[in-house]
Amino acid sequence: MVIVTNPSRDTVRDALSVSLTVGAYGVAFGAASVAAGFSVLQSCLFSLLTFTGASQFAAVGVVASGGAVASAVGAATMLGTRNALYGIQMSPLLRVHGLRRLAAAHVTIDESTGVALSQAPRGTDAMRAGFWLTGIGVYVFWNVFTLLGALGAKAMGDPASWGLDAAVPAAFLGLLWPRLESRFLKVVAVVSMVFAMGVTPLVPAGLPIIATTLVAVVVGWRPR
Amino acid sequence: MSSSATWIVLLATSVLCFSVKLTGHLVPERWLASPRLQRVNALIPISLLSALVVAQGLVAKTQLVIDHRLAGLAAALAALFARAPFPVVVIVAALTSALVYHLR
Repeated sequence: MVIVTNPSRDTVRDALSVSLTVGAYGVAFGAASVAAGFSVLQSCLFSLLTFTGASQFAAVGVVASGGAVASAVGAATMLGTRNALYGIQMSPLLRVHGLRRLAAAHVTIDESTGVALSQAPRGTDAMRAGFWLTGIGVYVFWNVFTLLGALGAKAMGDPASWGLDAAVPAAFLGLLWPRLESRFLKVVAVVSMVFAMGVTPLVPAGLPIIATTLVAVVVGWRPR
Repeated sequence: MSSSATWIVLLATSVLCFSVKLTGHLVPERWLASPRLQRVNALIPISLLSALVVAQGLVAKTQLVIDHRLAGLAAALAALFARAPFPVVVIVAALTSALVYHLR
């Protein structure tokens, strides 16, 4: 099954460096998942089957904060909706069908789309190569590092004693930070945090996370 | 959360997240191209991640609490302002929080 033909050295280097850097975040996910009460096996299955980092963090994050199943699944799915928009951009580029299309969908994430788009000056073959090499590369490293993180957290025991309970919100902050590209987006983040704090005492655990998407809907409803 | 509930979270999240990805590859572009949907969709990660920071760093059950985790978050914030890479941010937060946890 040849899906990448003769990628240039530059494209391979871009894909590999992104794969390794991003894949290493898998340590944080594996640790957070075990700290939230998932087993090592479940943590690894998350990375193999869900394979979209922010959604995975959200699912285990809601469970860790005592939220219900629906809140955890809902938050994770909503965080994953941007992958549908990536698919729309990648599908005409990849032009694959059957099993390859399923594989393409599974590795449609921030990084594979980002590297594919960044290869545009090198032509469509380079874009395709960037998508597949990054998608598969992140998949491999993300899963290996998830296992390491999960085993590490398992060996540590009490999460608070090692600061794992603070590592998880810090990871969310680290995922949020690079997205705050404008003053407007910073305001949206602060309003969302204040909103989440405000509704926390009023509704069941886990629900404030889902409820905060209301901020996104209200703010995004009309053009600015 | 019980073991069966964690399995449901795992499997339902996986099925739904894959379905969402596949939808993008299958549906005609115009279905998801509404400007309103794009605007809201661009803001959802920001709102959700912000809420997750609060829920994980400042909340116990349904109460806002100030504990060792806040010290960790403050350290993470300082690291981000200093342009530290992601793993450093997480490790700095963990070390600071663990230190405060043991000192109390």
